[in-house]
Amino acid sequence: MEITEKKNEGQIILEVSGSVDTVTSPELQRSILTSFQKSKELVLDMSGVPYMSSAGLRALLIGQKTAASKGGTMTVTGVQSTVMQVLEMSGFSKVLTIK
Amino acid sequence: MKELVLTASDETLYTVLDAIKEELINKGCPEDVQTQILISAEEIYVNIAHYAYGGKPGEAVVQIEISGEPKTCTLKFADKGMKYNPLEKEDPDTTLSADERQIGGLGIFMVKNMMDRVDYEYKDGSNILTMSKKL
Repeated sequence: MEITEKKNEGQIILEVSGSVDTVTSPELQRSILTSFQKSKELVLDMSGVPYMSSAGLRALLIGQKTAASKGGTMTVTGVQSTVMQVLEMSGFSKVLTIK
Repeated sequence: MKELVLTASDETLYTVLDAIKEELINKGCPEDVQTQILISAEEIYVNIAHYAYGGKPGEAVVQIEISGEPKTCTLKFADKGMKYNPLEKEDPDTTLSADERQIGGLGIFMVKNMMDRVDYEYKDGSNILTMSKKL
């Protein structure tokens, strides 16, 4: 998994690519939390992620809870069909802001 | 049938997933089905690595078999850790809001939804979880 950080008018965009799994999700979680220390607006571009297990859901939920506690937003974009299936099955498609 | 005997840990996860993926690709498994099987395997294997031996190193045996018509992938996971049937775990409420959702608890739920069949037995001191899915 690789994460590239970009900035756009106060918004942080994390471009994630590769598998988000038990091994890699702690890095995603750290990147999300670090981003919220710098900005209240986070975009997670998941267009390069074909695989996400429950460990990835955990990172996303922590991100969503952090966004809510800071009065910010976490928007997930570019979700591939295999990952969308996981989000829908887990009910996360209703919990997250997905565009 | 392929069999792997490993020390269950996050470090050996990719050894398991790569072996399963290789078998699935060799049998022409569609990518979306591959992903569902690999996610399910990760959830079960990581559960063994994290909980079966109370956080200490312990052995896991993984058997991979793809056979039959229609072709079906059957994965068997065995450990000699504490007796635990993950299928008895209550399903999470997937209708709750982000505030109400608990961190974790989704792995087994996903396995039950992604695989066609999941069975557990405790035999000769081993937890044995067998799951299968048509390719």
